[in-house]
Amino acid sequence: MSRVRLLIGTRKGAFVLNSDGKRKKWKISGPHFAGWEIYHLKGSPVDPNRMYASQTSGWFGQKIQRSNDGGATWEPVGDKFVYDGVPGTHQWYDGTQHPWEFKRVWHLEPSLSEPETVYAGAEDAALFRSTDGGQTWAELAGLRSAKGHLWQPGAGGMGLHTILLEAAHPERIVVAISAAGVFRTDDAGKTWRPANRGLKSPFALPDPDAEVGHCVHRIALHPSRPGVLFMQKHWDVMRSDDAGDSWHEVSGNLPSDFGFPIDVHAHEPETIYVVPIKSDSEHFPPDGKLRVYRSRTGGNEWEALTKGLPQKDCYLNVLRDAMAVDSLEPCGVYFGTTGGQVYGSADSGDTWNPIVRDFPAVLSVEVQTLP
Amino acid sequence: MIRVLLPVHLRTLARLEAEVQLEVEGRPTLRSVLDALEARYPVLQGTIRDHVTLRRRPFVRFFACEQDLSHEQPDTPLPDAVATGAEPFLVIGAMAGG
Repeated sequence: MSRVRLLIGTRKGAFVLNSDGKRKKWKISGPHFAGWEIYHLKGSPVDPNRMYASQTSGWFGQKIQRSNDGGATWEPVGDKFVYDGVPGTHQWYDGTQHPWEFKRVWHLEPSLSEPETVYAGAEDAALFRSTDGGQTWAELAGLRSAKGHLWQPGAGGMGLHTILLEAAHPERIVVAISAAGVFRTDDAGKTWRPANRGLKSPFALPDPDAEVGHCVHRIALHPSRPGVLFMQKHWDVMRSDDAGDSWHEVSGNLPSDFGFPIDVHAHEPETIYVVPIKSDSEHFPPDGKLRVYRSRTGGNEWEALTKGLPQKDCYLNVLRDAMAVDSLEPCGVYFGTTGGQVYGSADSGDTWNPIVRDFPAVLSVEVQTLP
Repeated sequence: MIRVLLPVHLRTLARLEAEVQLEVEGRPTLRSVLDALEARYPVLQGTIRDHVTLRRRPFVRFFACEQDLSHEQPDTPLPDAVATGAEPFLVIGAMAGG
């Protein structure tokens, strides 16, 4: 019988949760790296017991941890993230230019084909790649040539938070940066170009054709439809049918089109999930009701999923990396909150149950479907 | 012999349960003690000093003999009591709440 493993990154450590295919009872392991912020941890699709974790601290900087046994034990690997050459400057809040400075790794994306290869999305925004299991890292510096001098950090920092790899196009990588936008390479990272046409950010960018500067919160795709991308932007839920060459809005009847995570059903490429948040100044669900919204039509038409979720006095947030789906049948959907809850649904979102209620604030959720 | 006390998170990273004892050639300085510490425990590279600039990280402090040595130049000699091992050299995670 298949089983699932949840990988939870929190403000104060990492947790690994295991369950059988029924997804009713969970065995919790952790906290690993207690007291450290774990922005993200993720397992290799090639070797699920190979995992990588980003461990950060305002005191002691950045560490990368690796596990070869499914998260039972960990070892620190390389954490020397040095920008290639002279990194130059980017736009600062006051309009001046500011030097690029490494702060932390927001997201780790293991290769779809090589267990020793893993990508790291960093703040200040850059993409690094390791081909030796995380021991050494090299920047794909061509990304910063895509108008990097015009990028400007948002309130949460200028982090590269989304890395999409495609089995059908191994040379293609799509990344998203807060608050610079989407960028794509079709030559394995040598050259990059902005992929933001159709995004509208009138309160941030008066130029409706601005190539960069869009506050993209998260992008997701279904492996069977690599050209179809779904985006939760600062405002607006967007869709691209041409791998990011152009975008159009699919917010439809959502109660708010502000939010952070977005994900795609494992078996239905047109079924997508978001968690609407009231606004950029009020980071909690509208009306105090925690609702996941599901569209079975690739956007525009949305239904509220509420069974098992708090429907009054709920004022927490769900961060951009804190939603994931398993590939069991029916598809499982999971998300974590800044209030320390992890909710799971074993029926594609129809009903929800709290898996844990009292973790530290959840920064990231990943799930592995295991044989 | 130099005795170095580390904060709990760095002891955990380096898999240490107690203080570190280091041999440093010549008159010990901030730089030579930290170099020796990182040479023995490479996992500590980048945690106390920046990987590239080797500057002290902002929320790390160096104390010894009831003195704050955090702002001393890297090649400043450490106190005699540290050099002889009578007193430890403390690496501190700064109080940085609010």
